[in-house]
Amino acid sequence: MNISWYIVLSALLFTIGAIGILVRRSPMVILLCLELMLNAGNLALVAFSREVGNAQGQVFALVVMVVAACEVVVGLGLIVAIFRRKLPLDVDDLRSLRG
Amino acid sequence: MSATAWGWLVLLFPLAGSILIALSFRKTSWRTAGIIGTAAIGLAFVCGILALIKLLGEDPSSRHHASSLWEYASVASLHIELGIYVDPLSVFMVLVVTGVSTLIHLYSFGYMQSDQGYHRFFSYLNFFVFSMLLLVLAGNFVLLIVGWAFVGFASYALISFWYRRTTATRAGLKAFVINVVGDIGLTLAAFLIFQQLHTFNYTEVFAKAPETFHTNSWTVTAICLLLLVGAFAKSAQLPFHTWLPDAMEGPTPVSSLIHAATMVTAGVYLIARTHVLFVLAPTAADIAAFVGLATLLVAASIALVMTDLKRAIAYSTMSQIGYMIVGVSIGAYSAGMFHLMTHAFFKALLFMAAGSIISAMANEQNIDKMSGFGKAMKFTSVTMLCGALALAAFPFTSGFFSKDEILAYASARGGMYLIFTILGYFGALLTAIYTFRLIFRVLRGDPCAEAQHLIDTGHVVHAHEPTNPKTGEVEDTDVGFPGADHHIAEQSPPMKVAMGILAFLALFAGFIQVPGVDKAVTNFLNPVFADSPLASIEPSTTASWVGLLIGGLISVAGIGIAYYLYVASPETPRRLQERFSAMHTFLYNKWYFDEAIDILIVRPALAIGRFANNVFERFVIDDAITGGTEEVVGKAGQVVRGFQNGIVRTYGLFLIAGAVGLALYFLIQQS
Repeated sequence: MNISWYIVLSALLFTIGAIGILVRRSPMVILLCLELMLNAGNLALVAFSREVGNAQGQVFALVVMVVAACEVVVGLGLIVAIFRRKLPLDVDDLRSLRG
Repeated sequence: MSATAWGWLVLLFPLAGSILIALSFRKTSWRTAGIIGTAAIGLAFVCGILALIKLLGEDPSSRHHASSLWEYASVASLHIELGIYVDPLSVFMVLVVTGVSTLIHLYSFGYMQSDQGYHRFFSYLNFFVFSMLLLVLAGNFVLLIVGWAFVGFASYALISFWYRRTTATRAGLKAFVINVVGDIGLTLAAFLIFQQLHTFNYTEVFAKAPETFHTNSWTVTAICLLLLVGAFAKSAQLPFHTWLPDAMEGPTPVSSLIHAATMVTAGVYLIARTHVLFVLAPTAADIAAFVGLATLLVAASIALVMTDLKRAIAYSTMSQIGYMIVGVSIGAYSAGMFHLMTHAFFKALLFMAAGSIISAMANEQNIDKMSGFGKAMKFTSVTMLCGALALAAFPFTSGFFSKDEILAYASARGGMYLIFTILGYFGALLTAIYTFRLIFRVLRGDPCAEAQHLIDTGHVVHAHEPTNPKTGEVEDTDVGFPGADHHIAEQSPPMKVAMGILAFLALFAGFIQVPGVDKAVTNFLNPVFADSPLASIEPSTTASWVGLLIGGLISVAGIGIAYYLYVASPETPRRLQERFSAMHTFLYNKWYFDEAIDILIVRPALAIGRFANNVFERFVIDDAITGGTEEVVGKAGQVVRGFQNGIVRTYGLFLIAGAVGLALYFLIQQS
């Protein structure tokens, strides 16, 4: 199968994720969109890996998964902390780091 | 041991004494500190004598030794050694400095007894002697400058010794600032010497100078004039003299040691040491001689009207140093050094006697309030009279031979230099008058209240509440003076011994150099000055004795005038003062030198400072330079702050837009 399909699919997934981050306000959904972008990257890595014929890309994808898992832990931890403090679950309202 | 080894020991003892006293002040009694201090200087004196014996055992032409402990700085072609130079001139100075210092330490041992700052005083005093010895023993110009600056500091520390007295701290600052002006001159001179001759070492400089410089060329004249700035500032010559009378705020032993016997003669030593350069720059030497002459006349005229006992003696010191400067500048090197030695004896003695009287007056220094101490304090009066006779060059005292030797040399050199002889004799007349004015007013007459108290009870008067006689402020006795008690020579054996020895020297030290009989000083110093063409000029024995005869007559005449004015007809001075009141005011205000310096230097400097503060600092630095920078950074910050709005999604947008922008950029580049 032509590699282009994989790349197009990866690009579509990445774009959906990016747009999701830009338009949605719920931290939960933003986290999901981030995950989507990471996996789009993974898809591209695996596809290239097969095309080139060595395993480096696949190993990289595994590393990205580990990083993604860590990121989810931190992100969910933050969401739980926000929820516990009865703060609004809306990223536009959480702007006390304004310069 | 070699002469240089003794030279190093001479330096070691006072330094060790100073450190030891300073570090042990909590553990030792005042007595121990005084003994350590006096013994350290005494040992240095002994080492000086041993160095002298060593030198005398050698052939006259090889009596100079350089020794270096280690190299202090070595960069490119610059090699500075921590080295000393031992020759008859430095040994002569070492003996005068340590000899007189030992006696003054002994005097201080009694005089400063009830001062709370006793340890501090002896530590400073030993440090001063160390610095002075470093100055005279230094083997190169760098070490000379180090010693030069050290004595300046020691002088500052000792003038301001009673640091709760505002007058004392001001006087200390004044002395320090004027001395630093001199240091600048000396440093620039050393720089020029290095630039021209590529060395700082005395031996090399003096060997190379005659080959490098043409007589009276600009460079050598500039070097000599800069050296003179240093010499004049340290030796209180016009126009740098105003610090010396103010320095009398310090304790009397300090006035005696630093501001009469040793430090102020450093300028004379400097000119004698660098005489090779001055021979090459006769113009500079003549300038020095004329400044010396002007100083000796101006200072003598001021001393005629001073009412402060110590200040009058201080002006007399300036005047006598004027003679020495004239001597070493016109070529009468050994005569100048001889006068330096005899002056150290009789001037130190006069200050000691003055200190004893001031103690008896409970710190009052005004001679208008003193009288009749001749009856109250016999020993002090007799020794003071010995010092005064020597200062007035009374026949056969030490000052008689030394002062007249300079004047006889000037007349032997002839021509223009006869001015120095004539005006020098006029100065000698003034000297005899002002000296005996002090003697007659302080020692004769009906005893004043303090003197009467001393006669009646045998005790010194105490002020109920000690005050500064200058300002009337109440003194803080916690840091010393006036302390619980005052000490006078009659009741303190160490003071008595010191003054007795000096009185003997003041009367009889002149006999080591009598024209036609012996000339110990000249013979000893001759190897140092043999290279100068001026050293071979020598007045004939007859001319010398004619000079001595004139000098003796002038001295006796001066004493006679003083007797007439202050004893026989005490109304005359007042009438003279009224008739010449403008003149008297002019002299009493010290020729308005302080005021002139204030207007010419201090005020312009302050005005420049005010301009720099109010205009330059405010408008150029604050507004234009720092203000401008601050505004640019602030404005830029305002703009950048706008992006930091706290909305995470905006940051995401910037991030993605940035990444897309970069990607587009590279894509366009590629295609």
